[in-house]
Amino acid sequence: MQYSWDFLIYFKPSLTGEGYYWELILQGLGRTVLLSLLSWVLALSLGTALGIARTLPVRWLSLPAAVFVHCFRNTPLLVQVFLWFYVVPELLPSEWGTAIKRMDPTLGQFLTVLIALSLYTAAKAAEVIRSGIQAVSTGQKQAASALGLSGSRSYRYVILPQAFRIIMPPLTSDFLNVFKNSSVALTIGFMELTGQTRQIGDFSSQPFEAYIAATVIYTLVTFSVIWFMRRIEKSTRIPGYWGA
Amino acid sequence: MKRLWTFIPAAVIAFSMTAPAQAQDGATTLKKVEQTGTFTVGTRAASIPFNYLDDNNEQSGFAWEITQRVADKVKEAVKREDVQVRPMEVTPQTRIPLVANQTVDLECSSTTHNRERENQVSFSTSFFIVGTRMLVPANSSIKNWGDLAGKNVVVSAGTTAERLLRKLNDDRKLNVSIVLSKDIDNTFMTVDTGRADAAMMDDMVLYSLIARSPDPKKWNVVGDVLQPEAYACMLRKGDTEFKELVDGVITGMMSAGQMTKLYNKYFTSPIKVRGGFNINAPMSPVIQDLFANPNDKVL
Repeated sequence: MQYSWDFLIYFKPSLTGEGYYWELILQGLGRTVLLSLLSWVLALSLGTALGIARTLPVRWLSLPAAVFVHCFRNTPLLVQVFLWFYVVPELLPSEWGTAIKRMDPTLGQFLTVLIALSLYTAAKAAEVIRSGIQAVSTGQKQAASALGLSGSRSYRYVILPQAFRIIMPPLTSDFLNVFKNSSVALTIGFMELTGQTRQIGDFSSQPFEAYIAATVIYTLVTFSVIWFMRRIEKSTRIPGYWGA
Repeated sequence: MKRLWTFIPAAVIAFSMTAPAQAQDGATTLKKVEQTGTFTVGTRAASIPFNYLDDNNEQSGFAWEITQRVADKVKEAVKREDVQVRPMEVTPQTRIPLVANQTVDLECSSTTHNRERENQVSFSTSFFIVGTRMLVPANSSIKNWGDLAGKNVVVSAGTTAERLLRKLNDDRKLNVSIVLSKDIDNTFMTVDTGRADAAMMDDMVLYSLIARSPDPKKWNVVGDVLQPEAYACMLRKGDTEFKELVDGVITGMMSAGQMTKLYNKYFTSPIKVRGGFNINAPMSPVIQDLFANPNDKVL
């Protein structure tokens, strides 16, 4: 090994004249966090709707939801991002396609990844939510009916509050995955944390230092997500339930 | 736990002290080849026409042939005919770490010799000079750098082209929207689908992109050369013995006229890619000058 380490590289100005390397890393981190949090909010809302739809006895609701989940969960995210960015604008009417392509490049890349990541994560979250709903014992559902609650009310007051508590651990994994998956944005040129890291490595010829910084930052981000989800888990726990 | 906290800084300090020491007394490339009997060379899959896989799926290219000649010389120098030349595919991101950590002994492709890279690796005598120019559709109004004002321009992230474009944009207040892309192929796709009005890259890469595209007549390479860059072979840092050997092979080829022949083979005659295309780029004066006066300068 003949690598010359230079951990002061973060404090050197970038060759592109965009500021110091640490500023670029910070900018990348900001983009990663913004992209991931927005995607997660969208994915959780859409995923909840889809997950519920899949458990309903109404076929015209459950079938489209199942098709959606299968399409978006069973193809690689990388391929989906690529399709959204390069193929979809070509399939739209040409004025729309041109309008999309003429958008501010960074905004265009951001919105593309936001859509792709949200839909992909929603499909995964939908499956988690469905399994949570199905894990609530049938006795609970029957009891809700016996109390005279309508279908939507039994979901609202009996099934969902229990289902969401059951699925907290797998939901935490999905939340973590959003942050990690957001790095596919670099494949269409959106310079989030991994993209900036790669670029810093290329410009400074100190790739190891750049990737070490990114590793540490991703770890810190995911640890704070875990900490946050644990707190929610604890505060919503019902004493005496599910081994708690 | 307390012990761990004292151990970590101690280990870091010890590690940082031993690392440079190792670098100094590490075995030279030739000694390594002599002992292990293998000579590992970097290859690229699509760096046309420098180092690429041709239609028969064989490694080929201008820089690849230089690699072959160096390998022959290495066999002579270590006096072992059984030395195996082991190709190893590298990408623009992996090539520097792989040469620095001594996995790859020699990398000749389309690698620019610059100051930052000298921190990690050494460079041989330059064997080629390229310049950054623009790829535009044939019917485009863009003829030179000034015409870029207010346009979308795509560059591969982390390249010299990105650096030059940002500088140009600042210096001339062109108000260009810079589109970044992951690699050469995505850069081409971005300008091909109309997301960008021009792509900025090394001119030889642009010529080979045009030649590989479905309709080469659709494209033009325009703009004055902004900043020339020298391509050279990468080898491990500070290995003067091996650098002398590589330099000797390259300057030898230049003075014997073999380099000019090699140029004509790859740049002005058909090569075995997509059923035989001709890049058709006659030798520029800067390259003629390099072949006449070989050097290893950063441009």
